[in-house]
Amino acid sequence: MQFTLSNEDLMMRDLFRKFTENEVEPIAAEVDETEEFPVETVKKMSELGFLGIPYPREYGGAGGTYWQYINCVEELAVACATTSVVVSAHTSLCASPIYEFGTEEQKQKYLVPLAKGEKLGAFGLTEPNAGTDASGQQTTAIKDGDDYILNGSKIFITNAGYADIYIVIAMTDKSKGLKGISAFIVESGYEGFSIGKKEKKMGIRGSSTCELIFEDCRVPAANMLGAEGKGFKIAMMTLDGGRIGIAAQALGIAQGAYNEAVKYVKERKQFGRSIGQFQNTQFQIADMKTKIEAARFLLYSAADKKQKKMPYAQDAAMAKLFASEVAMEVTTKAVQLFGGYGYTREYPVERMMRDAKITEIYEGTSEVQRMVISATELK
Amino acid sequence: MEGFKMKIVVCIKQVPDTNEVRLDPKTGTLIRDGVPSIINPDDKAGLEAALRLKDEFGAHVTVITMGPPQAKMALKESYAMGADRVILLTDRVFAGADTLATSTTIASALKKLDFDLVIAGRQAIDGDTAQVGPQIAEHLAIPQISYVSAIENKGDHAIVKRSFEDGFQMVKVQYPCLITALAELNEARYMNVKGVIDANRELEIETWTFEDIDADPAKMGLKGSPTKVKKSFTKGVKQAGKVIEGSPKEVAMAIVDKLQEKFII
Repeated sequence: MQFTLSNEDLMMRDLFRKFTENEVEPIAAEVDETEEFPVETVKKMSELGFLGIPYPREYGGAGGTYWQYINCVEELAVACATTSVVVSAHTSLCASPIYEFGTEEQKQKYLVPLAKGEKLGAFGLTEPNAGTDASGQQTTAIKDGDDYILNGSKIFITNAGYADIYIVIAMTDKSKGLKGISAFIVESGYEGFSIGKKEKKMGIRGSSTCELIFEDCRVPAANMLGAEGKGFKIAMMTLDGGRIGIAAQALGIAQGAYNEAVKYVKERKQFGRSIGQFQNTQFQIADMKTKIEAARFLLYSAADKKQKKMPYAQDAAMAKLFASEVAMEVTTKAVQLFGGYGYTREYPVERMMRDAKITEIYEGTSEVQRMVISATELK
Repeated sequence: MEGFKMKIVVCIKQVPDTNEVRLDPKTGTLIRDGVPSIINPDDKAGLEAALRLKDEFGAHVTVITMGPPQAKMALKESYAMGADRVILLTDRVFAGADTLATSTTIASALKKLDFDLVIAGRQAIDGDTAQVGPQIAEHLAIPQISYVSAIENKGDHAIVKRSFEDGFQMVKVQYPCLITALAELNEARYMNVKGVIDANRELEIETWTFEDIDADPAKMGLKGSPTKVKKSFTKGVKQAGKVIEGSPKEVAMAIVDKLQEKFII
C-alpha cells in the first residue's frame, strides 16, 4: 500500500501550508495566551472554502476528497491545534451527520450554509454523567405537537457559543435504552437554548469549550436527524469519522513539534558543538520521525477507506489512538530536547505539549479506542 | 459602464523559488531540476491587480505564459486564484529565447487576443532584465507604464502610480495599454479550495505552439536572440563589510587611512 499524492493534492497542501504559515502561525501563541477564539482566521478559512472541503458542490461544498479535508486539519495543527479543531469539529461532527443522515430539506437548510462556511457547526453528546458511557443520556426530548421540547445540559462542547448550528443528542424514550436516543439539529437562536460555563483548559485554549443548556427548548420535529431512536447510532458513526479528524490534528501537532525540534538541535550548541551532533539527539530525532510517519500512514489509510466507502471504524480508532499517543510522546521529547527553554513560553513546544494531551481524551479516550479496536478482533 | 466588460491579459513567468540560482557552467542557463517553481512575484502582483479589477468591475482575465510544459503548474495556480482563461505558449521553436525573442513571441500571441489592458510583472527574479513587458508594448504599439504600484480604473482609461526610488508620478493612460507591476502593488490572494479542484479537474489549458501564432521563426527562440551569453559564473563570497562610525570628517579620514594602507591611493 502506498499513498501517491496527485497534482491536485499537492496544490491543496501548498495552499494549506501557505495559509498556516502566513495567517495561523503568527498568532498561534497569542490565541493560546489570550484564550480567544480565532474569529478572523475562521472567517478567512470560510472565504477560501476550508469549511466544506469533502462535501459535494450541490450542498455548498468544494467537492474535494476526504484526504484533502484531513490534510487541511493536519497542516493547520502544525502551527495551531486550536484552529485545526474548529475545522474538525465543524466538518466531522456537525456537517457530516447532516450529510450522512439528513433529509434533502435538512441538507438544503443546514448543510449548504455549513459547507459554504457561512455558518459554523458544533456537536453535543457529552453530559456531566455521560462521558465515555455515552448511553447514560439525561437530556430529554419530549414530543409536543409538531415540536420536541428539550431539557438538560451538555458539557465540553467544542465551538460552543460561536457555532450557529448544533447536533444535539437527547433521550426521547428512556424505557427503550439506547434505542430511545435521538439526534436533533438545533439552531443557536432557539428559545430556551443558552450557552453556559466556558471551560478553562490546559491546551487548545483558544478553542471555545462550553456547556449547552436547554430549558424547555422547542425544536421542530422536522429537525430530528434520522428516525426517532437512531440517535445513538448516528452519534457513534459520527464519532468514527471525527476520530480521523482528531488523528489528523494529533499528527499535525507532532509534526509541528518535530519541525521545531529539528531546527533547534541544529542551532543549539553545548560542549562546543550543536546538540544535533550528539548520538542521543540523533536517536531521539530518528524515533520521533519514524513514529510520525507511522501515524501518518495509519491516518491516510483510514481516510482513504472512508473516501472509498469501505468500513473504516477500526482504522479510525487505530489512527486516533496511535497518532494521539505519538503526539504526546513527540511533544514531550521536543520539550526535553529544548531543555529549560522548552519549558518556557519563549518557544512553542510547551504549548504543543499541552495541546497534544486533549487528543488522547476527546472524541473517545485512548481507552475507548482500544475497546473499539479489540471489539472487532474478539467478536 | 453598462455592458462593458474589461478584458485583461496578464503575462506571467514561472521561475525557480530560490535566491541561490545555480547555473550550468557550460551553457550559462539555469539548472531547474530539483528547484521548486513559483509564479514570479512581480507577475503575481500583476495577476492580483487584474483579479481585483475583476472583483470590482467584472473584468475577464486571461493569463498567458511562455515556457516548457511544466509551466502549466503556474497557469493552474493562476486559475485557482480566479483567472478565467489560461494559455501556454510552448514550442521547441521558442526555446533559448532572450528578451527580444520572448517579447516577439508573446506579442504575436497577444495579437490573437482581444484586450483593453495588458499587465506584466516589472521583472523576473531569475533574469532581472525588466525588458520583456516594455518590449511587448513596443511590438503592439500601445502605451506602456512601467513600475506601477497602484491602479485606478476609470472606465476608458486608468490613473496609475509609477514609482521610483525617490518619488512617483501619477499617470493617466488610455486603454489599450500595458503596465508593468511591482510586487509592492498588492498582496496576492491565496488559491481557494474550489479553484484548486477546478484547475485540476475542469480546466483545459490552451496550448499554443508556433503554428498558432503569426510570426517569423527567425525572430524567435535562440535563432531570434541577439543576446549571446558569453560566460556565467557564481559571484565569489565577499568578506562582511565594516561600518565606521563618527562625524563625517572622522569617517572620511578613516576611509582615507584605510585606502592608503592598502596602497589604493
